[in-house]
Amino acid sequence: MTPTAELRGIQEVAVEIGDTPILLRTNDAAFQEIVLHRYARFLGKGARPPLTFDVDIARPEGALSDEQELRVWSDNGLWRFVRGDFRAEWDPRARRGHILQTLTPYAIDSVLRIVHTLIQASEGGFLLHGASAIRNGRASLFSGVSGAGKTTISRLAPKDAVLLSDEISYIRRDGSGYRACGTPFAGELGRPGENATAPVERLYFLAKGPENRMDPIETADALRMLLRNILFFADDAELVKMVFHSANEFLGRVPAFRLTFFPDERVWDLIG
Amino acid sequence: MPETYIARSSAIAARILGNEMMIMSAMDSTFFTLNEVATVIWQAADGRTPLSEIVERRICQGFEIEPEVARRDAEQFVNALSEHGILLISDQPILEPKLGASETR
Repeated sequence: MTPTAELRGIQEVAVEIGDTPILLRTNDAAFQEIVLHRYARFLGKGARPPLTFDVDIARPEGALSDEQELRVWSDNGLWRFVRGDFRAEWDPRARRGHILQTLTPYAIDSVLRIVHTLIQASEGGFLLHGASAIRNGRASLFSGVSGAGKTTISRLAPKDAVLLSDEISYIRRDGSGYRACGTPFAGELGRPGENATAPVERLYFLAKGPENRMDPIETADALRMLLRNILFFADDAELVKMVFHSANEFLGRVPAFRLTFFPDERVWDLIG
Repeated sequence: MPETYIARSSAIAARILGNEMMIMSAMDSTFFTLNEVATVIWQAADGRTPLSEIVERRICQGFEIEPEVARRDAEQFVNALSEHGILLISDQPILEPKLGASETR
């Protein structure tokens, strides 16, 4: 029996991203199929006790909220997330939550991203709008706004590089350093990252240009750019402070560079 | 003319890097970078020291700036930061800075 077939027979699936398993419990077979397919590289129960979400699918299909813009807020210790295609709540103390969503992968993708940003905010890590890859046992992060070259640099990666994501990178605090973890959240490349992890060696802010060059960035500029690219959803003052602190700590330990690159594979000679 | 008192909001996260102060508003995530002179004013914003005294003792003497220019620039600066709720302004000493903007003048 294949692992997939085993999982089909039960009503819960653990999706483990960033060494943080989240157990999704549902009776909806179509939703289970989406989860099993979309997070195929990230299934399994890790050593850490999982967070548990009960998932209900709204039928018939239709918007669940008039609010198309995402809202995330804390209400007496309970986190609430609302968008047109889902309504969710999560009790961090009880480690349990509930999701009501339409039958789309984008809704569960978003809920998982939000939960992970909240978890990492309190653990000193963060999710970064950026690509990441492991080479020679060390991870490099490539951040930038849309069009800066995240997908391009991922596409140009040499065969011995392990691509963690071309869109959303997962950064965890690890002792005195940081680790980058693969995520299933894909950008234009259209394929999930590998479920792998490695210590973060460098952070690059991408820009396309006529030649390949790497320039150090002043810490103040790096902080401004990093904060612009950290995924952050909640309208919550304490969380803002935690993210600011995490970004500062990160830049105190990981050097940041501006990587201007001409889009061919030679840029990876510079990255190493 | 009444005195002006300024105090840092508690709804911010801040850190000094080199001679610049990095400030993030916890209310709306707006990010500010203060130059060296603005950083001195920010650090002196204890709610008890009048702005005029901060300008005279910390800015004019420390940076050799004409008093009139320093006063005008300082007022513009504190008004701009108060609009974002990260600095509080009052015509009375501010003993306990509150969250967010609570401009009282």
